[in-house]
Amino acid sequence: MKEERGNSKVIVITSGKGGVGKTTSAGAISAALAKRGHKTVVIDFDVGLRNLDMIMGCERRVVFDFINVIQGDAKLKQALIRDKRLDNLSILPTSQTRDKDALTQEGVKKVLDELREDFDYIICDSPAGIERGAHLAMYYADEAVIVTNPEVSSVRDSDRVLGLLNSKTAKAENGESIKAQVLLTRYDTTRVENGEMMTVDDVLDILAVPLLGIVPESQAVLRASNLGVPVVLDDPSAASRAYEAAVARLDGEDLEMKIESERKPGLIGRLFGRAT
Amino acid sequence: MKTFGLIPWPRKANSARAAKERLQILLAHERSGGSSPDYLPALQRDILEVIRRHMEIDSDAVEIRMEKGDEVSSLEINIEVPAKPAPKKAAKS
Repeated sequence: MKEERGNSKVIVITSGKGGVGKTTSAGAISAALAKRGHKTVVIDFDVGLRNLDMIMGCERRVVFDFINVIQGDAKLKQALIRDKRLDNLSILPTSQTRDKDALTQEGVKKVLDELREDFDYIICDSPAGIERGAHLAMYYADEAVIVTNPEVSSVRDSDRVLGLLNSKTAKAENGESIKAQVLLTRYDTTRVENGEMMTVDDVLDILAVPLLGIVPESQAVLRASNLGVPVVLDDPSAASRAYEAAVARLDGEDLEMKIESERKPGLIGRLFGRAT
Repeated sequence: MKTFGLIPWPRKANSARAAKERLQILLAHERSGGSSPDYLPALQRDILEVIRRHMEIDSDAVEIRMEKGDEVSSLEINIEVPAKPAPKKAAKS
């Protein structure tokens, strides 16, 4: 007996540039959606360089993958890994041994259509770049989260990706538009205050898309990745709160945008009153 | 939602050590080619074929689980058998 899930959403987590926090964000966003009670699945589109499994801490349990399902060697149900912490969260790992040509547009569509029957949210973790894997990760998306660092090459690549979202996706080809929002990560308030880092407004002025959230530079992110725990399932931190707030907005809540800095001023900073 | 079975040592302690151990186990499997998923579909096909000689089962009825470990890995195969296994019809009536 399948429940009717008419309004399931496919959301791509993308950036163009590598190393900005796509997989960390995909893991955190999907875990936070599941925590909010939504049936959620997160798919790794980075064929050949599987890493979502490590971030989610299920790397030892991978049996079948996305490519096995596309090629008909395994059933989707067999390839989905149920998260041990949240039972409404599943992970669809990608192949570590194949190359990106194993992804086909029809195969991706078939898997997404099947997932839409069972899940409220389908999170597509895009590879870096703008080639096949990244293209197919965004092609069937209803919405996009563009992970951006306040840094020139990341912002430039985000702009390029926004262009692709508005031209090379199923929605765009249909004359519809994809709802795209920026998630600013590795934001360092101290450096922004010192004029060493672009501000939120600087980035938004350039990209001209709505802001989903601001995730501060945080030690909690490396710790969570070390442990294989999505950052929102580890101890509360500035980063976990930022992801929870971003996901509440993604889920339709109207939350005020806050920038929480993790770094507490050190002894010297406090003595000399570094804060302005 | 406080305990995570992954962490056998006190919380807060050295997450870097956890990272290194996870990588050592995973990479040992990947380098040996033991993580190559390609043998699993074939294994599944063979198992189904053998069982189908004796009873009719659905290809959806097979569940394969893996837990890769440091010393040994376990492969768990669950096959759902219908309550009344219909004997396979003889090849010729």
